[in-house]
Amino acid sequence: MEGAMQTESKIRADSRTEPGPRGPGCSLRHFACEQNLLSRPDGSASFLQGVAEKSRERLIRNTCEAVVLGALHPRTSITVVLQVVSDAGSLLACCLNAACMALVDAGVPMRALFCGVTCALDSDGTLMLDPTAKQEKEARAVLTFALDSVERKLLMSTTKGLYSDAELQQCLAAAQTASTHVFRFYRESLQRRYSKS
Amino acid sequence: RTVEPLEYYRRFLKENCRPDGRELGEFRTTTVNVGSIGTADGSSLVKLGNTTVICGIKAEFGAPPTDAPDKGYVVPNVDLSPLCSWRFRSGPPGEEAQVASQFIADVIENSQIIQKEDLCISSGKLAWVLYCDLICLNHDGNILDACTFALLAALKNVQLPEVTINEETALAEVNLKKKSYLNIRTHPVATSFAVFDDTLLIVDPTEEEEHLATGTLTVVMDEEGKLCCLHKPGGSGLTGAKLQDCMSRAVTRHKEVKKLMDEVFKSMKPK
Repeated sequence: MEGAMQTESKIRADSRTEPGPRGPGCSLRHFACEQNLLSRPDGSASFLQGVAEKSRERLIRNTCEAVVLGALHPRTSITVVLQVVSDAGSLLACCLNAACMALVDAGVPMRALFCGVTCALDSDGTLMLDPTAKQEKEARAVLTFALDSVERKLLMSTTKGLYSDAELQQCLAAAQTASTHVFRFYRESLQRRYSKS
Repeated sequence: RTVEPLEYYRRFLKENCRPDGRELGEFRTTTVNVGSIGTADGSSLVKLGNTTVICGIKAEFGAPPTDAPDKGYVVPNVDLSPLCSWRFRSGPPGEEAQVASQFIADVIENSQIIQKEDLCISSGKLAWVLYCDLICLNHDGNILDACTFALLAALKNVQLPEVTINEETALAEVNLKKKSYLNIRTHPVATSFAVFDDTLLIVDPTEEEEHLATGTLTVVMDEEGKLCCLHKPGGSGLTGAKLQDCMSRAVTRHKEVKKLMDEVFKSMKPK
């Protein structure tokens, strides 16, 4: 996709609810072109962090490419600018959710919605969904999945640490259940937005 | 084949085989050569069909990082130059090279292939730093598998000389005559798959197949069946059952690779 069409989206989504007795609630807010001038200094900060950022960008880009119906917009480029306001753990999952909402807000035709869910496994095998930064550091393994909304298929996965095959299936199942909550939240927030305007 | 590559491939896939005659779950012939570079502390050359990756490891002294004073570190670098494929241009590493380097770094970190404490000479002052350079000589798909294998073989080949810290001068004295191998704790083996049309999974894709695929998946497994890395950078979705198939294939692949490595190292011992 070449050319330029930037996502003009400024959504303020309210606290994101996650399953489990603990509800972190992190308000996500993402901007696009209005922030371009400001994002340049952030652009250089992300280059300083280097290779890890590139890897994350590629994961997000590939996930978006898989769902966006690019064939309907030939010779178009869709730029998704993600600006991290605060990082309290589960950063990649949060970026994925933000990217999805931005694409919906921009009206880009997609074959499905996607959401990101992070799972952490600690040393005795307990599963924690949506870990905080501290839990991520202490965990034995951290798995991030991107699931689609149609059949909850696995679109993207990236993992850190050692874990067994059975644990992977467990995490995947838990992530699939969690994704229903995230998709419900998408629906509610979009309904709220369109019912107002 | 040039006009309608996807249709050409689909015709083969319907018969459950691929244009080069392989089955869907078959790997290309793997060959490995260890210790060919004399100037490096450890080296290996891996050929996966036509994909060729050479790995050279140099061990140098460095100060251990301040947040982990009793650990050395490993710095992997994957170099994809115009030499290996028309897709790359010379200059700073492109995105694919950076992603591959990050992947190798993750594998080293997650699998704990070597205990970083083994690399420490003097806590807080001196440690070994292993610079691993993986250079691709020919890119015909499945670069990640080849790089992981090359890294593993090279690490097994590395011999570090003994270092003692002289109490009086506080300088390190290197005894080049006494060399010891690294303690390799696990053997992570990568298995890559390409997803076609959201349903079909093929193992060890060539460059052509990677282009036509709708998604890729790389599984890195060690000998106990533990997964170090499940790398799926976007692409079409996969169900849990498909993932299970991938896991079982990865287990078989691990056994094949381990056998090959053991043979190579056994033949080297008398030297």
